[in-house]
Amino acid sequence: MITEDTAFKRRIKRRAMMNIGFHATVLIACLIGIIALVVLLFDIFNKGFSWLNWNFLTSFPSRLPQRAGIQSALAGTLWVTTITALLTFPIGVATAIFLEEYAPKSRLMSIIDVNIANLAGVPSIVYGILGLAVFVRAMALDRSILAGALTMSLLVLPVMIIASREAIRSVPSSLRVAFLAMGATKWQTIRHVVLPAALPSIFTGSILTVSRAIGETAPLILIGALAFVAYTPRSPMDGFTVLPIQIFSWVQRPQEDFTHLAAAAIIVLLAILLSMNAVSVWLRNKYEKRNRP
Amino acid sequence: MNGIEETNSLPPEANSLVNKDVAIDFASAVSAPKSLFNWRDVKERLIYYTLLGCVLISVLTTIGIIVLLLSESFSFFKEVPLRQFLTDTQWTPLSADQHFGIMPLVAGTSIILLGSSIVALPVGLASAIYLSMYADQRVRKVVKPLLEVLAGIPTVVYGYFALTFVTPILKTFIPDLSIFNALSASIVVGIMIIPMVSSLSEDALTSVPRSLKEAGFALGATHHEVATKIVLPAGLSGVIASFILAISRAIGETMIVTLAAGSTPKLTLNPLESIQTMTASIVSISIGDTPQGTIEYKTIFAVGMMLFIITLLINMIGQVITRRFREVYE
Repeated sequence: MITEDTAFKRRIKRRAMMNIGFHATVLIACLIGIIALVVLLFDIFNKGFSWLNWNFLTSFPSRLPQRAGIQSALAGTLWVTTITALLTFPIGVATAIFLEEYAPKSRLMSIIDVNIANLAGVPSIVYGILGLAVFVRAMALDRSILAGALTMSLLVLPVMIIASREAIRSVPSSLRVAFLAMGATKWQTIRHVVLPAALPSIFTGSILTVSRAIGETAPLILIGALAFVAYTPRSPMDGFTVLPIQIFSWVQRPQEDFTHLAAAAIIVLLAILLSMNAVSVWLRNKYEKRNRP
Repeated sequence: MNGIEETNSLPPEANSLVNKDVAIDFASAVSAPKSLFNWRDVKERLIYYTLLGCVLISVLTTIGIIVLLLSESFSFFKEVPLRQFLTDTQWTPLSADQHFGIMPLVAGTSIILLGSSIVALPVGLASAIYLSMYADQRVRKVVKPLLEVLAGIPTVVYGYFALTFVTPILKTFIPDLSIFNALSASIVVGIMIIPMVSSLSEDALTSVPRSLKEAGFALGATHHEVATKIVLPAGLSGVIASFILAISRAIGETMIVTLAAGSTPKLTLNPLESIQTMTASIVSISIGDTPQGTIEYKTIFAVGMMLFIITLLINMIGQVITRRFREVYE
């Protein structure tokens, strides 16, 4: 009896130890991602922070690292992002409205559903190929800001649609039914009830979507965004470069100084992305507070 | 997801009301004059078609990609026989002695795929288990946004990190590592897809019904036993779907491999060497300004089509598994 009892206790103890061991393992695994993030950020700040100054932001790229800057890249990023946002936002929201509010439950619509999910999973470089053939060559837009922005719009459109659909779906149907019951048409209901309720969350989603476009590099390399642009683009038909492309071309240089320049440009890029992220989190919190009973 | 959709869409009675336009008729009978009603009807139609037009853009994008890749690849295969494309062991589209064997590029992509999976799948799954089984609310509130930040870092930044930080560190352990190598690139691609695996897997694990877990705890099981013997088997299809989607991301990844893995297509599985993936080869051809109609230009489309088909198949498998998993738990 006594031996059986100790065997039982030993087994309990072993299981408890196993649990502790497993807890430690999954905790460490979870820390790996976070440690990687911290190391990456630390490394970039370490290499690039001392190169970051006003001149760096307001100079054009140069063969001399001391004189090089990111003015044209910043301007290009601003141009491409603005046009992409202006194109994607209305089209994405309109598609989402149709799919959530109008589309009948049919086979065709479920094919369109699958199609959009698949488009979101197509590698970004394939969009670059599409942009190269359609916008740069067939439509003869050449290597312009417009060609870049159109390519980027096609790339982020599926993500924008998916985010907007989720926002529209989360509007309670009781609101819609109440408005319809008062004699409103379908569009009036959407315009005055659904969209105002969904808009904060659509904005949150679209900020995150647009920030994806800011960081994309591969499709723009494909359509031939120039690496060496020593002027500020003035119109959508001008040639351009963007921050990620500028970083790409500096990282490829063998000289140590260009690595530091790349790090400094990465700090600027991450600062833009993180502040967009912060705005979307702030919007989300504000919206959640307003809706709390 | 499905649950939300069902609870939020209109109940069937309301749908039939809308469809028969009873609401509109009612409104016009009460107040609106006949002409205004007609105008309103026209406006509703116009809006309907405008919205439908926007939906068509997504459909046209897909059709555009498929038609374009097919037609340009077709003229590529007129010059390079498909047999040669699939069996030749050399890939040298830009040198004088041109070879168009896709095998070295497939090998390069496979190394990156394997290496990044070895990093990301266990780490991502373990993070998901930690977040769904062990972590309390405060820890989750800190960790999840941090993982979101990791997911939002542009790939060119990861490429920089691989080339200027990870490779030098690896070189101190493995002296004969080349500057451009598949090992460093796969590790960093792995880090990049960790957040994807962990967040999708966590969704799958937390959607396992609470009653199953509670039953396990009531029988005296430890957290470890509940996690590995109840929650993980129950959420397995969702976890596998997250793996598959992450793998598809790794295959399509371009900037990390272009910057850190090199540009020497080689039929090898040795991760210490410089290699080239399918995506990186597209970049390297397109950087050297290729005029339309040349064989180099068409090569971009042939490789692009391979990439598109592979990722499409993988994504489809992932979606089928996700849908099945949803049916079980809603």
